[in-house]
Amino acid sequence: MSDTHHPLNIETVHHIANLVQLGLTDEEAAAFLPQLNAILEYFALLQEVDTESVPPAFLLPGARNVLREDNPEPGMSREAFLSNVPASEGEYVSVPRVLEEA
Amino acid sequence: MDLYSLTITQAHELLRQRKISSLELTQAVLERIREVDGQIGAYLTVTEGVALEQARQADERLRRGERVTPLTGIPFGVKDSIVTEGIRTTCGSRILEHYVPPYQATAVRRLLEAGAVLLGKHNLDEFSMGSSTENSAFFPTRNPWDLKRVPGGSSGGSAAAVAAGECFFALGGDTGGSIRLPAAFCNVVGLKPTYGRVSRYGLIALASSFDTIGPLTRTVEDAALVLQVIAGQDAHDATSLAQPVPDYAAQLQRPVKGLRLGLPREYFVPGMEAGVEAALQEAIRQFERLGMEIREVSLPHTPYALAVYYLILFAEASANLARFDGVRFGSAAQQAQTIPELYLETRGKGFGAEVKRRIMLGAYTLSAGYYDAYYLKAQRVRTLLRQDFERAFEVCDVLLTPVSPGVAFRLGEKTADPLAMYLSDVYLVATNPAGVPALALPCGFSEGLPVGMQLIARHGEEALLFQVGHAYQQVTEWHKMRPALGR
Repeated sequence: MSDTHHPLNIETVHHIANLVQLGLTDEEAAAFLPQLNAILEYFALLQEVDTESVPPAFLLPGARNVLREDNPEPGMSREAFLSNVPASEGEYVSVPRVLEEA
Repeated sequence: MDLYSLTITQAHELLRQRKISSLELTQAVLERIREVDGQIGAYLTVTEGVALEQARQADERLRRGERVTPLTGIPFGVKDSIVTEGIRTTCGSRILEHYVPPYQATAVRRLLEAGAVLLGKHNLDEFSMGSSTENSAFFPTRNPWDLKRVPGGSSGGSAAAVAAGECFFALGGDTGGSIRLPAAFCNVVGLKPTYGRVSRYGLIALASSFDTIGPLTRTVEDAALVLQVIAGQDAHDATSLAQPVPDYAAQLQRPVKGLRLGLPREYFVPGMEAGVEAALQEAIRQFERLGMEIREVSLPHTPYALAVYYLILFAEASANLARFDGVRFGSAAQQAQTIPELYLETRGKGFGAEVKRRIMLGAYTLSAGYYDAYYLKAQRVRTLLRQDFERAFEVCDVLLTPVSPGVAFRLGEKTADPLAMYLSDVYLVATNPAGVPALALPCGFSEGLPVGMQLIARHGEEALLFQVGHAYQQVTEWHKMRPALGR
């Protein structure tokens, strides 16, 4: 990451937005570009820290695996689950067609 | 004194002696909400019917003297990032504008079982992303001390409500200062517990390795009473701590004489407003008069804390917010003909600017070619941040720092520059990557606006924070100051 100056351009902003499934208007992308670059440039600060022999802190101190007996118990009812689904038909969640007919 | 401005401890005493009823208490607070919330904007939802019914049930418990706890009959509010069964929970976002959770957050369930009375849901920055509550998709919350200023964020509605007499306590969420900054800006007490001390079940996730739920109250003693109820292991949160919950109230009165108070030199640097610095110095003298030993300590990696915090937060948030796709909940794009259209439109229209910025930055810094330089690097420096605290606590018991370099800022002052907004949290963000508990409490005023200080302790040592904070509040009056509002 030697070149941290202006990591993003307008095309990469649109590209990232598509990867994370965010519909972005041209105005939003233009406004975000300098803001996102300023934040990423600020992060370059970390490069001055020597972390050669430092492990990453993925696990919290004292972290341990937590297991329980696999006993069946009632979960959320179908009715409760469907109560927040924006589009449903009968007992089913409704979404646009995923597969095309051959 | 008006009923709505009592502390929990005072209200409990009156309830216990049956000098007032929970119904009277609840009606007084509901009346206060009607009186001032048009100006403040602390509530997204007021659950008047639920509150009055729960108050009647609490009065029945008090009358029979059955299962009476210090919170029985006490009205409270909940940050709207914490789910409430059957009560709309928006997280401050359009995407959840109509979401009615089919389950209860553990912390809320425990409060209701203790007999507390739910008044409603508090405004916040969308998905808890912000430091001013201006990022709420609905309306900003205003600071009760000056309506032109922000209450801090992201638990701004909760802090403003406690300060303005619109509830006796609130449940907030703190991922990197979201309880402590608004507490300081509004002159109330706010606790970020040790990571895992309070179950996160039902807290809508921002950064899962930083997120905590904690109380906002008028006194340190009240914060101890609330933590007592909400703390403890929970089968629904595998990261909740197994350690037994100590009796916090029993340890409150212990003397602080001889305890070592550490001042991290990296937190007392130029850039602090003069009035904030003066208040902090006076607080230090106060602790000295209480017999504490003052030590200068060093947390050498402090300058990197903000970058570590935001890098990891963006990464975790971008993953957590992938679930908002318009299929299981959230506003669906009715006209979408394809799945990508559905996602793009739901998320494009449902999320506000700050949420979009953070999701994009998280995806970018996790992507191939950038992962090592950004995310992995941040996780390595996070180890160093933790070690900083471990070393400091070898030579002191509690750390004292400012909460923020300045007092509450004006609405609109920082909205155009996200990085400037992030810098409001510069003194608060190191504790969350390290997992240690921190308490914000009032310590003075600068030009009529509240100043807060932060106390930090080792993992699991909330009792020590309460002990030191309570000792301070026994010899100072700052926490008793209330904003002039309404009448």
